[in-house]
Amino acid sequence: MAERITWIGALDPALRTFDVILKTANGTTYNAYVVRGSAGVAVIDTVKAPFTEEFLAKLEATARYDELTVLVLNHLEPDHTGAVAALLARAPHLQIYVSTRGLQVLRGLLKGAFERYDIRAVTTGDTVSLGDLTLRFLSTPYVHWPDTQCTFAEELGVLFTCDFLGCHYCDERLFNDAVGDFRFSFEYYFEHIMRPFRRYVVEALDLIEPLGAQMIAPGHGPILRATPEAYIQHYRRLANSRLAQATGGAKTLLIFYVSAYGATEQMAQAVCAGASEIEDVRVSLFDLQDGDVQPFVDLIEEADGLAFGTPTINGDAVRTVWDLLSSLVDIETKGKLGAAFGSFGWSGEAVAMVEARLQGLKMRVPEPGLRIKMYPGAEEEETCRAFGRSLAQHLTGQMAPREIDMTELLAAQG
Amino acid sequence: MPIGKLTFEDVALTVSVPEGTRIIEISEKVGAGITYGCREGECGTCLTRIVDGEGNLSDPSALELRVLKENLAGHNDRLACQCKVMGGDVTVRPG
Repeated sequence: MAERITWIGALDPALRTFDVILKTANGTTYNAYVVRGSAGVAVIDTVKAPFTEEFLAKLEATARYDELTVLVLNHLEPDHTGAVAALLARAPHLQIYVSTRGLQVLRGLLKGAFERYDIRAVTTGDTVSLGDLTLRFLSTPYVHWPDTQCTFAEELGVLFTCDFLGCHYCDERLFNDAVGDFRFSFEYYFEHIMRPFRRYVVEALDLIEPLGAQMIAPGHGPILRATPEAYIQHYRRLANSRLAQATGGAKTLLIFYVSAYGATEQMAQAVCAGASEIEDVRVSLFDLQDGDVQPFVDLIEEADGLAFGTPTINGDAVRTVWDLLSSLVDIETKGKLGAAFGSFGWSGEAVAMVEARLQGLKMRVPEPGLRIKMYPGAEEEETCRAFGRSLAQHLTGQMAPREIDMTELLAAQG
Repeated sequence: MPIGKLTFEDVALTVSVPEGTRIIEISEKVGAGITYGCREGECGTCLTRIVDGEGNLSDPSALELRVLKENLAGHNDRLACQCKVMGGDVTVRPG
């Protein structure tokens, strides 16, 4: 593949669905590598379990087991660690280098055998020598698991990035200047795997860009030997691709609603009016009834707060609300403000269900959901406005601190 | 029984709690943004920043210490599913 580096990965051209959530028209590859130094040989990552024999055969054609000194695991997901147990059975002496956060997953993978091996947790700045070659580790968490790291073969200028800068595209020609057109696959992989972590993507790019790598060798898809820096720049564009908001320093609150008879819509308008009373909060109101939810995902990614209005129909929130909420898996929602409200006729379960989902999305939900039986009266409309004001005040940090007793809290939860 | 005051900074709310109350017992009920994975101290998802009153929490167990270390937690971070308020004031926010 390059001087001192051998590709020992596997091609999986028949794969069409990866990890349940991803489609691929061209299959994928599981890239693993051998790096040979004057006083040590390293294996970088492995393959998915069904390809273990193929991986071992390629490895054996390149090096003897007793020559191997180092196993680097840049990411512990099974498609890269499927052959670890088989490799360690043949080379139990290997020093295993893994990120600190990777330890617990490796422990889960190796079970009782974990204690038997020479496992070393590493972070940015740590290195291991292969004689005339040095492997330098870079901690790049959350691209796309907490454990992810990159490894730089310094003297060769080759950066091993595992899932980062990879894609699902299978082509035996291996290199980006030799394979077919994989640009769509590269962007699709970013959108579905990296986008929820784009904050960390930017941090990882900041860390790896100064290395000036001559080649980027990811864990899936083409090896980027022609203009590797162009892929780093493209990741930056993908991570910051939206038109900037003209809101200046103002906080943004998006209110989404669906209404069966106009009651939840009335609530939504009152919540919107209340929130709009607070300075420095930009409030937007959207009716989800006829909408395709996908465009809203982009808006939500940039928003500070989200409120969902839904009636209760057959004891549940309505489908478009669930469609939108389930689409949020592609973006980061942690720490945003969330709220739910809605009108109901009989039981009104929808509001609590939506609140639970918002909490599941790692959002804070400081105001208990607002439910109104049938249409809001004048007093209840004021309650809706106050709800909106409170949400806006939470966003601007103006909410007056409140204090309650645990028994009150438990009683309120019923 | 000693009473502690547990403040969730991200939702601007303080809850009076009896000694021995775990943060996990309260945080979801008040809508704080602390999220949980395994709820058994293994996964590190509920890493929580102790803004104030660290000394008013129970000492970390060996398991919690290990998980904090492996998750590169700062010295003011604890696992919300593990630590208990022992009295006094404690202020937390999602880690």
